[in-house]
Amino acid sequence: MTSKAKPSSTIAISLREVRKTFGEVVAVDSVDLDVFNGEFLTLLGPSGSGKTTVLRMVAGFEALTSGSILLDGEDVTGVPAFERDVNTVFQDYALFPHMTVLENIEYGLKVKGVARDERRNRATKILEVVQLIGFADRKPNQLSGGQRQRVALARALVNQPKVLLLDEPLGALDLKLREEMQVELKSIQQRVGITFVYVTHDQSEALSMSDRVVVFNAGKIEQIGTPQEIYEHPATSFVASFVGITNLFSGDRAQQIIGRSGTFTLRPEHVQISFDSSQTGLSATISSIQYLGAESRVHCTTKDNLKVIATVANEHLSRVVLGQLATLVWKPDAVFEVS
Amino acid sequence: MQISKRSQFSLRATTYGLLFLLYMPLLLIFILSFNTASSLTWPPRGFSTRWWSTFLDVESARAALISSTRLALIAMVNAIVLGSMLSFALQRFEFFGKNSLSFLAVLPIALPGIVTGVALRNTFVRFGLDLGFISVIAGHTTFCIVVVHNNVVARLRRISPNLREASADLGANSLQTFRLITWPLVRSSVFAGAILAFALSFDEVVVTTFTAGAGIQTLPQWILNNFSRPNVLPYVTVVATIVMVISLPIAWLAQRLADPPNEKLV
Repeated sequence: MTSKAKPSSTIAISLREVRKTFGEVVAVDSVDLDVFNGEFLTLLGPSGSGKTTVLRMVAGFEALTSGSILLDGEDVTGVPAFERDVNTVFQDYALFPHMTVLENIEYGLKVKGVARDERRNRATKILEVVQLIGFADRKPNQLSGGQRQRVALARALVNQPKVLLLDEPLGALDLKLREEMQVELKSIQQRVGITFVYVTHDQSEALSMSDRVVVFNAGKIEQIGTPQEIYEHPATSFVASFVGITNLFSGDRAQQIIGRSGTFTLRPEHVQISFDSSQTGLSATISSIQYLGAESRVHCTTKDNLKVIATVANEHLSRVVLGQLATLVWKPDAVFEVS
Repeated sequence: MQISKRSQFSLRATTYGLLFLLYMPLLLIFILSFNTASSLTWPPRGFSTRWWSTFLDVESARAALISSTRLALIAMVNAIVLGSMLSFALQRFEFFGKNSLSFLAVLPIALPGIVTGVALRNTFVRFGLDLGFISVIAGHTTFCIVVVHNNVVARLRRISPNLREASADLGANSLQTFRLITWPLVRSSVFAGAILAFALSFDEVVVTTFTAGAGIQTLPQWILNNFSRPNVLPYVTVVATIVMVISLPIAWLAQRLADPPNEKLV
């Protein structure tokens, strides 16, 4: 657990045409996915997109309707949860309320028959990793949300699973703590070198922590890629608008603005607002300004009622006046065609 | 909330007044069981432990005490097994008729005992089953199940279903999960339900009267039957006191176990 992890090319989990239906509802529709050893992979999508169902099928909590799941090359499709070498961090932590922190962490080792001394040793080491030394004898209800989160993480990690599954583990924490834990989770993952499969609906969380992101929509994978690829080269209009905010042009509008037919995305940070009337670009009126702290989001409207968003650094904000007519300019290579 | 001194005083007076009215008769019975007289006269004529030292010699009282205890213990065990199983089934599975089953299971506690009693008696007689010890146990089990079920279901609702998944996820099979997670968490609610079931059965009169055969007499029935007999009357006060002394700690313990005030489940 000391080696600094780098995603390798060996495959930890394979999903082959995995499908799951609940009655008439198709939750997961023919998903193919390879997760590499040691990588931090995030399943990103809105609620009901199938990402949590995929995680629960890998954990063994849900049976597949069809398809198969391979763990380390071995088919585990019909293997019950307690015989799979994966561990889960639950959204509500699911700590055992009648056990102390230490007992919670030792639980997995205990049921597998690991001797008491070794159990104690490994639990103590992992307490150090999650910075909970001194909390070993507390009960879960004597801990804060962030501390419970760490216990849940430690309880899973102590088993040294092949893969750690995390189901929106930071969802219940407040913003500040969530951001701290994002950094910490990533650093723990790199230290222990275990493959993390992380489920979230929060795109900034996905971008900041992952080696690769899998974007889900309506039970299907929209795109797989590094955070950079996902953000800068979204494959579909869904990915473009779900990950970050964007301007989408399609149909007549695309023809008119881009000069080609198709669907195009243009990130707001690539749109510049110019008040130099000699410049060629899209004329629009400043219709509203959203102050966001580090920068501002300026909403512009053209005379045929097309809305375009531009990001403006606050030092230039004083030049932007509500109701003013401006010219919107961007570099041609900032525009990407999506499907 | 702030309330005025005067309402505070009257609320307090009402509360203590009502509690006094509720518990004074119990206290009277207790005092009268040490009375020298053989009738329920007030004030007591003198102090005597005569009735206490001799009540076990009253053959019918002793037999009744034994039958009541046996009956309550068996009904309690039935209720533990059936009530717990029922609540686990209702909590964990979705199936056709689930709501109706849940309603039918708790109905016996709401039905007047006389209805249950008459219905059971008619059924037993119609199908040629002898009224005896077994028929009383069946009758008592119907309402004892309910208290165990209610206690266990309330507890199960407070336990996150994720706990069982978490346990399986960490490598525990279903037996280990039950032994290490589920049972420790529901245990006290099963005990609470069980002792309430015991207490309910121990002082039940109506269903017992309809379902008991000629040879069976429970303690409450004995009290009822001997209440108007002058020679036995002092023993009734002794027996009533005993029932009270057994019931009070049971009720207290059941309440403690059912809803531990300081133990919040996460």
